[in-house]
Amino acid sequence: MDLSLLAWGDAGWGDQMARGAVVTILVAIAAYALGVVIGAGLAAMKLAPLAPLRWFAELYTTVIRGIPELLVIYLVFFGGGTALRAIASGMFGYDGYIELPIFVTGTICLAVSAGAYSAEVIRGAVQVVPKGQLEAAVAVGMSRPQRLRRILVPQVARHALPGLGNVWQLTLKDTSLISVIGLVEIMRQAAVAAGSTKEPFTFYLVAAVLYLGLTSLSNRGFDAAERWANKGVRRA
Amino acid sequence: MDLGFLIEIIPRLAAGVPTTLLLVAQSLALGFALAVVVALVRLQPNPLGAGAAYGFVYVFRATPLLVQIFLIYYGSGQFRPVLEDLGVWVLFRDAWFCAVLALTLNTAAYTSEIIRAGLQSVPLGQIEAGRAVGMSRLQLFRRVTFPLAVRQALPAYGNEVILMVKASSLASTITILEITGIAKTIIAASFRPVEVFVVAGAFYLAINFVATRAVRFAEHRLATASAPTRAPAAPTRQLAATR
Amino acid sequence: MSLKYFAGLAAGLVLASQVAAQEWDTIRVASEGAYAPWNFTNAQGELDGFEIELMRELCARMDAECELVSQAWDGMIPALLGGRYDAIMAGMSITDERREVIAFSRPYATTPAIFVAPADSALAAAGLPETRVDLAEVSDEEQALIDQLRTLVDGRTVGVQTATIHENFLRESMGDVTIRTYDTQENLDLDLQAGRIDVALADQSGWQPLLEGEAGDDFTRVGPGFSGGVFGEGVGVGLRQEDTALKEKFDGAIQAALEDGTVSELAVKWFGFDTAATP
Repeated sequence: MDLSLLAWGDAGWGDQMARGAVVTILVAIAAYALGVVIGAGLAAMKLAPLAPLRWFAELYTTVIRGIPELLVIYLVFFGGGTALRAIASGMFGYDGYIELPIFVTGTICLAVSAGAYSAEVIRGAVQVVPKGQLEAAVAVGMSRPQRLRRILVPQVARHALPGLGNVWQLTLKDTSLISVIGLVEIMRQAAVAAGSTKEPFTFYLVAAVLYLGLTSLSNRGFDAAERWANKGVRRA
Repeated sequence: MDLGFLIEIIPRLAAGVPTTLLLVAQSLALGFALAVVVALVRLQPNPLGAGAAYGFVYVFRATPLLVQIFLIYYGSGQFRPVLEDLGVWVLFRDAWFCAVLALTLNTAAYTSEIIRAGLQSVPLGQIEAGRAVGMSRLQLFRRVTFPLAVRQALPAYGNEVILMVKASSLASTITILEITGIAKTIIAASFRPVEVFVVAGAFYLAINFVATRAVRFAEHRLATASAPTRAPAAPTRQLAATR
Repeated sequence: MSLKYFAGLAAGLVLASQVAAQEWDTIRVASEGAYAPWNFTNAQGELDGFEIELMRELCARMDAECELVSQAWDGMIPALLGGRYDAIMAGMSITDERREVIAFSRPYATTPAIFVAPADSALAAAGLPETRVDLAEVSDEEQALIDQLRTLVDGRTVGVQTATIHENFLRESMGDVTIRTYDTQENLDLDLQAGRIDVALADQSGWQPLLEGEAGDDFTRVGPGFSGGVFGEGVGVGLRQEDTALKEKFDGAIQAALEDGTVSELAVKWFGFDTAATP
């Protein structure tokens, strides 16, 4: 193993690997944020009184959670452009080409999965909040936004945090899969460097260490968040 | 969507189903055996052994499976002379071996945590009762602790089985033509991702449906009237509980 | 975020691509960055190689500003159709199969496909002549050579890049072999070095980094170089079928660059031999 390969600057691959790590972090954050929004929407649909909404949300989560992420990525990547152009031509009457930046495509790929997993987490957390509390809030004359802000959201956030932490870990690790569509994150950068230097072990090991660092760091972040959310909760 | 094309690719993708199933079955069987060992090592008093087991679990759960597969497959090529001297290169030369090795180590890390939780859930009274009737340590483990732990761990293990079915798709990245590998080949040649996704996705959903049913059946068989029922645990975050 | 915002965003995207579609004063060109010396990623993380320099040359001749896009091989054609970029310069051979989906400029390079095997293998020991075989017109002698090659590789594991003309050739002409497919030439090289495959088929130029690198002495070319027939007319710029104006611009620029020897010059610089197509 030749460690000078990891030098910073033009001679080595250190700076490229670091840049790959930044892309990994950015795409993971973007996908996670979008995924939680999708998940909240799906959770609301699952708890909705209208049956077709519930069916759609159930179908979405069952299918996406039962199919390999790699297949979902191939679908979004290879089929996304066609779908986008169909929408553009159908809704706006535009027949030319529209593109999405590769970063956005990668984000959507990952958010599709993150949405399915966080939907389950959020629904579970909402159901934990006792109905009586909401009824009591109505009784003391709280408005709908007040009930949401003061009763539902703080409790749902607390109960959902552990599960959402898992979804974050999943999303972070799944970013490695979008290297197949050409976004230059840790994995793709490692593959390029491995091929160029004929030292695959060195570079995939570096990739593994980077992921290990990122998961460990974010794990600490979620620990702190959970402590904060549980402030004022009496321990049994 | 082109229905004719969709029907045309069904047999081609179906040819990958046995490969996927075999890959999953081998990895799950080997991974479960390894997981039992790892869980026991973690729970025994020697801090060195317990620490090593914890390190193994931590590393394999905190890094993406794709990195693990590439590290084993392409990474081993960098040490070919050494591995040849050791006489194990014949194994690493084979993509199937590398895929099964990576999947086995990966599922073992996750499964050992499931088993550990199961072992810890066994009520102390049961173990004391076993001791009272004069069981040896091995007897106690085989007849009391392990069966009770497995029953407790089954629902979580069912989830792990599904995750493994999905994870096996990554073997396609090291030249193994299972369902996803074939799907990618068809997409690359036909540029029709939607039809391929529908058919390949349906195969995975079917496999997972059958697997879920099988685990439920096992749960049902193992559940007896005398079994202590436990309230569902509060959600906890584990390090990278998902793959 | 409001609907208005989205509408504005959509309009912006539409506008941006519309201008490009009419004038072609900016062209987005995709390359793979993993197929040295055609195109590769250097330690500065930039795309470099024969096609990258040729692209700059062609763009100057077309009076256009070119933007380089890096794209994995597997998604190369879908992403062109999806509008991620307007042109492909990634060592892509012109074939009838690809012509059904995309258009090509006139070829700018031709290089034969060759088999490469470990120097100490039975394949290398057979000592087949290293002639050039045009599959469009095969003589009896050449057919005998192909048959001999087929017997040699029979029952062996052969590596090839996914969805390439080389894979098609293996399936059609090489009988009973186990085919292993790879995403990139680099992974193919890694596995040939690792001994996981007995022999591999790829473009002669694609073999340069391996054969001329540190491990080069351990590997050798086996038999003739193939071109024509299933291997197509050469390497050209991949374009969308409807962009006929862009095709004309590329054709003109390539023709001029071939005629004044620029392409040959670049080829000798990067390949060590002239790969330029006949003007």
